Amino acid sequence: MSTIQPETSLSNHLHDERAIPTEPMVDGTSVPPGEASADFLQLLTPDGHRTPNADYDPWVADVDVASLVRLYEDHVVVRRIDTEAMHLQRQGQLGLWAPLLGQEAAQIGSARSLRSDDFVFSSYRENAVAYCRGVDFTDLMRVWRGNSHSGWDPYEINMAIPSVIIGTQALHATGYAMGCQFDGGDQVAIAYFGDGATSQGDISEAMVFAARFQAPVVFFCQNNQWAISEPVERQARIAIANRAPGFGIPSIRVDGNDVLAVMAVTRRAIERARTGGGPTFIEAVTYRMGPHTTSDDPTRYRNKEELDEWSVKDPIKRLEAHLSSMGALTDEVRAEVQAKADSVAAEVRAGTLGLTDPESLSIFDHVLSTESSWLERQKSQYSAYLDMFEGGAR
Amino acid sequence: MTSRSGTVAEPVEASEPGAHGYRRPLTRADHVAMPNAQVMTYRQALNDTLRQEMIRDDKVFLIGEEIGVFEGSYKITAGLLAEFGPERVRDTPIAEEGFTGAAIGAAMLGYRPVVEIMTINFTLKAIDQIVNHAAKIHSMFGGQSSVPLVLRTPGGGGQQLAATHSQNLEVWYAHIPGLKVVAPSSPADAKALLLAAIRDNDPVIFLENLALYNTKGPVPDGDEAAEIGRAAVVRAGTDVTIVSYSRGVLTALEVAERFEAEGVSIEVVDLRSLRPLDRRSICASVMRTGRAVVFEDDWLTYGIGAELSATIAEGAFDYLDAPVRRVAAAEVPLPYAKPLELAAMPDADDLARAVRELLQDTRFRK
Repeated sequence: MSTIQPETSLSNHLHDERAIPTEPMVDGTSVPPGEASADFLQLLTPDGHRTPNADYDPWVADVDVASLVRLYEDHVVVRRIDTEAMHLQRQGQLGLWAPLLGQEAAQIGSARSLRSDDFVFSSYRENAVAYCRGVDFTDLMRVWRGNSHSGWDPYEINMAIPSVIIGTQALHATGYAMGCQFDGGDQVAIAYFGDGATSQGDISEAMVFAARFQAPVVFFCQNNQWAISEPVERQARIAIANRAPGFGIPSIRVDGNDVLAVMAVTRRAIERARTGGGPTFIEAVTYRMGPHTTSDDPTRYRNKEELDEWSVKDPIKRLEAHLSSMGALTDEVRAEVQAKADSVAAEVRAGTLGLTDPESLSIFDHVLSTESSWLERQKSQYSAYLDMFEGGAR
Repeated sequence: MTSRSGTVAEPVEASEPGAHGYRRPLTRADHVAMPNAQVMTYRQALNDTLRQEMIRDDKVFLIGEEIGVFEGSYKITAGLLAEFGPERVRDTPIAEEGFTGAAIGAAMLGYRPVVEIMTINFTLKAIDQIVNHAAKIHSMFGGQSSVPLVLRTPGGGGQQLAATHSQNLEVWYAHIPGLKVVAPSSPADAKALLLAAIRDNDPVIFLENLALYNTKGPVPDGDEAAEIGRAAVVRAGTDVTIVSYSRGVLTALEVAERFEAEGVSIEVVDLRSLRPLDRRSICASVMRTGRAVVFEDDWLTYGIGAELSATIAEGAFDYLDAPVRRVAAAEVPLPYAKPLELAAMPDADDLARAVRELLQDTRFRK
């Protein structure tokens, strides 16, 4: 296959004295022919130029101009929501926010490759995936406002509540996929996690199990270069995608800021899983433009030059350039997309501000799915206590 | 205003058995009296019950290491691979976090996985999946997803398996809201509680014990599941209550036999479930006898016995003639050498000594 030179994640050393020497990357040798693991797929260059690719073009042949405009709208809306959420947090309306700024293409390209009955297991940053799955953002904000552990019905949109322990969801996805396989259905599970999570045993164990049982699961790693303050080169000595072949899982590195390339590789991986070909590991090479969450300050651990370098590769700029080159990004389209983004953001804000505190007694809800006299007893004692307050304390 | 909740434990209203619709606890006699009871080992009861449930419900499957071809380290799954095939008896790579996590994912799809972890010591490799996921998914998903998973695992020392393979860590799980922890002491309960655990929609830690696998007892035919959270008075008595669970119940019964010859009547309460805990049955028994000894295989400090003592202090304080006595293991990593292991583990003599001291302290006369 034709590829651009690998953008090795080992190339950006901020701390040269600690940097690991950049040795040639080890190729995965057990990868199926035609999909070398160290390759890096890009279909749209940062300046919006479409690079032909014989292997992957067929996977996005149906993505016409109208589809690209819809994808563009996804990007703009999701970034607008992200911005609004950052503001809401800074204004004291959210407890925390984990921004996805810069990672829109990786999330949208993959999520738009799924069927509605496929199942998503994500981390806490996959807000664009949630958007694509049709999550009501007021429900999502419920979590970040500290109002509830969860918002949406996971079985209505086929997306689990995000895991806030790093990497654990990859095992749930694998087990879910083993169940789908056992059911005889053709649904696929996808696990989203970051580069940092790949250091956790859970990810390795998930790959062991997925390979052993040829589970219909896709491991979608967004390598956003930073695990809070830990750069990827201090986590991995080789490209993360290159680990998967060691487990017997084919893998590919893709430009995570290129929605078309992400879509092509995800569709291919999903199709492989759906037709009994087992798991695939995708490393979407992207960049977290913002902080890990609103509670850290990335200027303390990384420099502006790196930010500038990645800013050039921005997924939205790239899509705009591509659409413009085809004459598809008219003022009218821009205005419509912006209007939609603003209106969604306004809904998000209104929905967030409209969230009311849950009742105190609800702490006893859903501890178990079966009845518990011990919990009922605690609840009635607490209820009696609350009743002692004038005006009620609920 | 918002006020702190927290749990303020209040005295348990330990009603007399039978009052307020509270069912009389089952006794060993009830078990024996059941028609069609066959005598079999604890191991066989587990094996039969797994088979029975896999036939009844095709959503039930087994997953764990060495459970298929090898039939389990303790042969609980003997014959099941041949009968049900490798998809329903899943031999896995040696990765407890891996197969426990995968089982949780399958449970979220509607399956009823029965996970075997070779010993409770190895559950530490899976503890994040158990405590942070199995126990919390129902709550954190707002009640919209459940994890109907059973995690079978044996605990217990006495087999010369040394410090890392002989622990009694069930209290770790009994501490966690969102989990249920059951610990059968008899073959009949092994069946009845396993039926209940598999059919329960919440994650259940099913504690077995290495020393119990070869014990025999009557096991009723049929399909009757136990009620999780219900203790049993397995021996009625009037002078002293011994509260225990799992292997400890057999020790308690042995001690009760010894004292019977002296005319001391000991009541033995088998917890059967560590979470939820049947506080009423415990306190009701102590109200009848006025003396309580709690007996556990785990370590004393923060152990199951600590919770039992607190429960009795809260619920039956005025009925006690003396402080509750606790008998537990020496607080050391369990030794490897047999004589040292025996020295560290609580046994019938230790329990008998505590009972005798308690009788003396209260000037017990026949």
